[in-house]
Amino acid sequence: MTTRTKELIAVAAILVFALIFYIGRVSGWQATEFSTGTSIVVVVLLLASLLWMLALTIRGRLIGRRVVFLYVGVAVAMPLFMKLSQEMPVSLAVLGVYDAVMELQPGSKVLIACDYDPPTAPELQPMAETFIRLCFQRDLKIIIMGIWPQGPQQANLALEKILAEPEIAAKNLEYGIDYVNLGFQAGNEFVIQRMGGSFKSMFRTDYGGIPYDDLPLVRNVRNFSNIDYCFNLSSGFPGTVEWVQIAVDRYGVKLGAGNTAVQAPTVYPYLSAGQLTGLLGGMSGAAEFEIAADARGKGTKYMLSQSVSHIVVIAFVIIGNVAFIMSGRRSALKG
Amino acid sequence: MEAFFEHFRLWLAAFLTLGIFSFLYKDNPWYKLTEAIFVGISAGYWFVVLFWDNFHGKFWVGAGEYSINWVVAKLTGAQAPPPPDSSIDFMLWVGAFLGLLMLLRLVPKIGWISRWPLAFIVGSTGGLWLINYFASNVMVQAQATMVPLFSSAFGTGFDQNADAVIGALIIFLGTFSGLVYFFFSKAHTGVFGGTARVGVFFLMITFGASFGYTVMSRMSLLIGRIDYLLGDWLGMIK
Repeated sequence: MTTRTKELIAVAAILVFALIFYIGRVSGWQATEFSTGTSIVVVVLLLASLLWMLALTIRGRLIGRRVVFLYVGVAVAMPLFMKLSQEMPVSLAVLGVYDAVMELQPGSKVLIACDYDPPTAPELQPMAETFIRLCFQRDLKIIIMGIWPQGPQQANLALEKILAEPEIAAKNLEYGIDYVNLGFQAGNEFVIQRMGGSFKSMFRTDYGGIPYDDLPLVRNVRNFSNIDYCFNLSSGFPGTVEWVQIAVDRYGVKLGAGNTAVQAPTVYPYLSAGQLTGLLGGMSGAAEFEIAADARGKGTKYMLSQSVSHIVVIAFVIIGNVAFIMSGRRSALKG
Repeated sequence: MEAFFEHFRLWLAAFLTLGIFSFLYKDNPWYKLTEAIFVGISAGYWFVVLFWDNFHGKFWVGAGEYSINWVVAKLTGAQAPPPPDSSIDFMLWVGAFLGLLMLLRLVPKIGWISRWPLAFIVGSTGGLWLINYFASNVMVQAQATMVPLFSSAFGTGFDQNADAVIGALIIFLGTFSGLVYFFFSKAHTGVFGGTARVGVFFLMITFGASFGYTVMSRMSLLIGRIDYLLGDWLGMIK
């Protein structure tokens, strides 16, 4: 059998597998969930196979890169089926955001700047949902905006989900009075700069085209001095760094931030210098915030996958180093 | 019909996701197709966003449409538009003019004129950010590095909030030794070299932490896609 035939068979197998499960999903099949016992067995098998690979490496047999990819995929996928929950302490950085929201009086105006897009949604969307829910629970008024084009769209997805929850739906929140989405504005960091003088100059209408002055919530909001707290969800430039440099250091805004893990190390110095009230860093930050707000969601659910995949990455770093040392020793023996 | 498009959307997203994943096996036509679709759609999306938000949303609505209507009215003798209100900002013509000059790069004989708007951008951005960076990334950060150990913020002694005192000392040591490492006007020998070596350790720890965070972020992206494939698409997980 040629390689091409094998590849075609593999693709056909994936298609058949997908079709079966898709038809099952449409027909109302229940989602699969591993019991605690099965979950432990899966984790033990995964660890045992990693040890076996280490042993093979020590004996001089190297593993291919595709095996590494496969293991990472399995390590990410399997925990999504598991019922195991992971205990996580809530860090001071995350508590900083939570406490800042809890200290606000009902009716306070909170500006949420959504500066991210769908690729980083697994990290930032759980933060957005938890933050918006917490604000509504505390009867805070939410003003959403974005200097990334897809940020306000992501915010709308979060709003749609949160507003459908029974506890929040019971509050009968009204658009324009309790929350508003001002939409995207082009201009990167200069938008923040101009907002320091006038919000209206940057947002003549909201996301749906309603004039600024026709929105009761923002009608009297002139600039940052009318905002009680600001929360920035950021996955790059322009983002938290620019919000700190302009909104915080120039206009004295009280700012909390939720960042992708890649960006978090760049932003941590602002936290320790007091320029941020708190920081949610990556998926662990999202999970901790959910725990702090007592609303476990996707952030917490994803953390088990994150932890198992980290164990696999660490294991392969060790295996790779062992392979490197062994190859050096073999070269020395030959040489 | 709506149901059909819902199914189609789910399958299309899964097809494209698996197409990108297929590169992990080897380069192949499926991956190339997916990559080409991604690049094409990204370019088209950004063109549309920038056109409607910058050119139309800012310049055309803010000044262009009014000005052109006014000129056309003057030339044709038609009724001129009412006097401009506060929403019209003729300063936007300056930006539009500089933008036009930028396009002169396409005309080789007078392409040098495009350096003028570039000079404006470099000068104004540099001037603006010099202050912002100096205030936020130098002054405030330097202040946070040199906190008094026994101030009221840290209690009256090591027994009170010792972790904050130790943390402040580590930040000071890391900053100082890191700066010493990047001081190249003196040979890294003796005490100076030892301090620079400590700085290297701090740098390595920083890079390690940064790499760890990067791994976490990339894994998050993978988790998001796998959650889509197994959850939204196939309904195997909740």
